[in-house]
Amino acid sequence: MTLFWGNSLFLRTPDSRFAFGLGIGAVCVSSILLLIFLFVTGEALPALKNVGLRRFLFDDAWYPTDESFGLVPMLVSSFVLSVCAILLAGPVGVAAAVYRLYYAPSWIRKPYRWLVLLLAGMPSVVLGLWGLVVLVPLIARIEPPGTSLIAGILVVSLMVAPTVTIMSESALEGVARSSWSGAAALGLSRESTLWNVVLPAARGGIAAGILLAAARAIGETMAVLMVTGNIVQMPDGPFSAVRVLTSNIALEMAYATGDHRAALFISGLALTILVLLLSLTAARIAGLKNNV
Amino acid sequence: MSDSFSSSTERGRPHRIRDALLPVAAHLGALVLCGFAFWVIMDIVWRGAPGLDWSFFIDEPTSAGRGGGIAPILVSTGLIVITAIAAATPLGLAAAIFLVEFMPTGSRFAVWTSLSLDVLAGVPSIVFGLFGSAFFGLWLGMGFSILSGGLTLACMILPLLVRTTEQGLRMVPDDWRRGAAALGLSRFSAVRLVLLPAAGSAVTAGLLLGLGRATAETAALIYTSGYVDRMPSSLFDSGRALSVHIYDLAMNVAGGDENAYASALVLILFLIVVNVAAMSISDFLLRKKVST
Repeated sequence: MTLFWGNSLFLRTPDSRFAFGLGIGAVCVSSILLLIFLFVTGEALPALKNVGLRRFLFDDAWYPTDESFGLVPMLVSSFVLSVCAILLAGPVGVAAAVYRLYYAPSWIRKPYRWLVLLLAGMPSVVLGLWGLVVLVPLIARIEPPGTSLIAGILVVSLMVAPTVTIMSESALEGVARSSWSGAAALGLSRESTLWNVVLPAARGGIAAGILLAAARAIGETMAVLMVTGNIVQMPDGPFSAVRVLTSNIALEMAYATGDHRAALFISGLALTILVLLLSLTAARIAGLKNNV
Repeated sequence: MSDSFSSSTERGRPHRIRDALLPVAAHLGALVLCGFAFWVIMDIVWRGAPGLDWSFFIDEPTSAGRGGGIAPILVSTGLIVITAIAAATPLGLAAAIFLVEFMPTGSRFAVWTSLSLDVLAGVPSIVFGLFGSAFFGLWLGMGFSILSGGLTLACMILPLLVRTTEQGLRMVPDDWRRGAAALGLSRFSAVRLVLLPAAGSAVTAGLLLGLGRATAETAALIYTSGYVDRMPSSLFDSGRALSVHIYDLAMNVAGGDENAYASALVLILFLIVVNVAAMSISDFLLRKKVST
């Protein structure tokens, strides 16, 4: 379509003004990401200068008001929580997608899809509230006080599973009809077709969905903040209270000043870069799939 | 179908198990996902409904939100979301129109913009909060205000808005553009009279989705629009969003659970209405596309 405009008559003056205005809008939109990097880095710089990256990694503990800036326990907690959440949510999410497309009776498909979309759009603070009031007391019966790594993992996996389902569904729907008929001509059962033809063909899209879900899991703040107990320590088991990077920012921004505040911006910057790598990889995987 | 291709090979036995496993896994995954979704929704409805009456919507909160209603919070939420939509709509539309109608596909600018939007869509909301408080709050001097929160949310929903508008415009058949050119319409008139009306429902669906996303957001608002639960008198006042209210009641106010649940129910009901509207519009679009 753009090609067509390119071949049409040259722009008239009012049109080029119009295009100029639109172009300014487009430049604004595409520069937001740069602005975010600029400002978050700018605010983080003092700490990089005064404290140095090394101490963020090698300080023993996180007592930012006493010049102790060890981020490692929180990094590890973030990592463990997201990985475990993905390990739970990935298979469940893909299975739920396979169910709707190939096993669900037709009357169930629409309400089922709406339920999944509803869960996908559920505000994190509402899931956190449910986790705090319902899930945490249940976990406390096994081992008090209940606010723990495992509570965070469960809430976050519930939060990202619909993302995996939605992405997997569109990947599975994108597999060519001819693959199905080819498999049927070979006499493959539905299960064999799924295992051997359809799932392998859709694996790029499914992987992209799982990466996006991982990005969401790492970036999730409120729900995790509400159920994990927020004690800065290395996680030693599912029932230990942990604090992740995102919650740390949300908890301490209120009173942080100087190097402490800059340190929070550094953790924000680290999060952004991590998520950026994950979503770029996801986009690349999905793009590769589209080009095939 | 039982003597399928894979089960007639030497490795038939494990494959038969694997094939039997698939429907079980699919049903299980769907059951787990739907079960949890139902659990969360029923819990919110069950505990939220008793606190919900007319006075809850029109009263001021008393004793830190334990009693009273959420009138000022609803007003603040409305103002924040309207600010976000009002700021994001012109920018998003301009960017989308520019990308689709004025840029050759594959040009460097178009590629960079869409890449930056993909990344922007994945940036964690707490990082938007950091950026918002540094850029809008400090650098532009807006402090804790509804304006600063709304503009932060605008940055957050822009990717969604641009993407849906782009899709809507790309769905308009090229013949319409040729027809407009043949009638001697300038491109500005073509956009205004032909393309935007044709893409109108996609734009509306995108706006509604953005509205939902903005209303659900918490982490980006805590340090931009702030905590103050009084009735705002202007956009430069700090105002507490509904989701922030839920968070505060659940975490910082002992005995605030009942009102937290009632507020969560209000939030979810609003989101359901918005999402159902958005989905009906996009379903309608899909049917229209199939019929043409």
